[in-house]
Amino acid sequence: MKFSKVGKLKMANMRNGLLFVSPFLIGFAVFYLYPFIATFYYSFTSHNLLGASRWIGVLNYEELFIQDDLFTTSLYNTFYYAALFIPLSLVVGLIIALFLNTNIKGKSLFRAIYFLPSIIPFVAMGMLWVWILNSRYGIINETLRALRLPAPRWFSDPNWSKPGYVIMSIWASGQTMIILLAGLTGVPRQLYEVAELDGANWLHKIIHITLPLLTPAILFILIINLIGSFQIFTRAYVMTDGAPANSTLFYSLYLYRVSFRYFRLGYGSAMAWILFVIVFTLAWSLFKSSARWVYYGREEG
Amino acid sequence: MRSKKISHMIQYGIVYLVVIFGAITFLIPLVWMFVTSLKIPAQIYVYPPEWIPNPVKWGNYLQVLTFFPFFRYLLNTLYITSLNVVGVLVSCSLVAYGITHIRWPGRNIIFILVISVLIMPYVVTLIPLYLMYHRLGWIGSYKPLWVSSFFGVWAFHTFLLRQFFLAIPQELSNAAKIDGCSEFRIYWNIVLPLSKPALFAVALFEFLWTWNDFLMPLVYLTNQKMYTLSLGLAFFQGTHDTAVNLLMGASSLVTIPVLILFFFAQRSFIEGITLTGLKG
Repeated sequence: MKFSKVGKLKMANMRNGLLFVSPFLIGFAVFYLYPFIATFYYSFTSHNLLGASRWIGVLNYEELFIQDDLFTTSLYNTFYYAALFIPLSLVVGLIIALFLNTNIKGKSLFRAIYFLPSIIPFVAMGMLWVWILNSRYGIINETLRALRLPAPRWFSDPNWSKPGYVIMSIWASGQTMIILLAGLTGVPRQLYEVAELDGANWLHKIIHITLPLLTPAILFILIINLIGSFQIFTRAYVMTDGAPANSTLFYSLYLYRVSFRYFRLGYGSAMAWILFVIVFTLAWSLFKSSARWVYYGREEG
Repeated sequence: MRSKKISHMIQYGIVYLVVIFGAITFLIPLVWMFVTSLKIPAQIYVYPPEWIPNPVKWGNYLQVLTFFPFFRYLLNTLYITSLNVVGVLVSCSLVAYGITHIRWPGRNIIFILVISVLIMPYVVTLIPLYLMYHRLGWIGSYKPLWVSSFFGVWAFHTFLLRQFFLAIPQELSNAAKIDGCSEFRIYWNIVLPLSKPALFAVALFEFLWTWNDFLMPLVYLTNQKMYTLSLGLAFFQGTHDTAVNLLMGASSLVTIPVLILFFFAQRSFIEGITLTGLKG
């Protein structure tokens, strides 16, 4: 009697559970699972929207890795950008968060100001930064010249165009700072007090208390910034569109060109699949490595 | 004792200086956008840069509006944005409820699927979805820009709501269940009203993303009259490349609504991000 009642409850829960997540089940199948598999399939075809798609085996991949210099360039550009942006945004975010985590007045105002750039629409942000980093009249170069410092030609110089993107992106990475700040407020005060009694200075406290306790937040940030920086598109499209000398031809931008300007959808699918493998591998190894450096000694709350 | 107090004050002084200097640096680009948008061309290319437009040329905005159909793009953007906001509020909250407040075997699998969607690069699904919408005859319509939001696939929102729902005591819904309340009534009458801050954050983020989105309108919209603000702005740049003041004016017009929203709801933005950053 009791058993059947429990069984009934279980059945009801199962039914209700499925019912509540049913939009997601349909959506996942239609908008993720099917496209995910289809991209893999298309990557072995020569799909061009109008004509019929033809199975061509690994020809797309062969062309990408052996013949297509632009593919290699875009891969290099994207890795370059990610390798610069991910650590720098973390360091800058951390510095701001540490400064804001003191007893200063107007903390929430400052927090809002530092966060503000991250909500500016990318298209507007792109135009603004092309103007700010204008090599002759941009305010950054005007300032550098006033300080008698060398003024790079930013988006006119293949060596400085990617750093230009990195500076803009750091300006707009307020999310990183917010997450770190939230992590900082979770660090119990007593730990610092005890450390102070032991004669620890501020640097000791940061290295031995703050950073270890922030590692879960840092892992989260590294993963989202990794995924984000491999997909930089909108600003690249409106700001430089790959120029100068393809130095800002980022991966997603090239993928877009291949797919929606030349309509080589099979080729674009192969590129998409390669990006997925790269991002997945990097995120996975980051996650795997976290066992060694992320401190889970104390859960929040 | 006194020297300690003084060194303490110096420390605070340094902190304030750094924080204020940094805040000004972060604000300058935006200020520069507005300043440039109000200048006459002769005042733009001068050294040293001038911070106060003289004369203040509001007329620039009138000129922008003749080339840049701001109000049409605004309506288009609001249309897409509101559909998306409604879509994610309804669908993501249902899914989040289903994996937090109902005990059933599949809920962890669903959560893993949500996470996998969260880290999936959008380019992986882009081409097949384009072909799918092409076959449906949806290219050039707004449908590709909002339909998916009704299927709970914007995992960030589901994740955010899950974090919030987990903090609502299960005992509440269990008690209601004993009183004969249906799952849907618990969801609708208990959990949703308690989750207003989280729902508000979801609405804000979705609004912001749709407002700022560029790739989807670029790929799917073909008729210039249907452009969104972001797409229209990029198009405007393509046609009026040289006039920096007008370009900054148009950029300001696209940015100002977002700034107004942020001004009134900054706490929700920040709390929403905090909620997703915490381990769960």
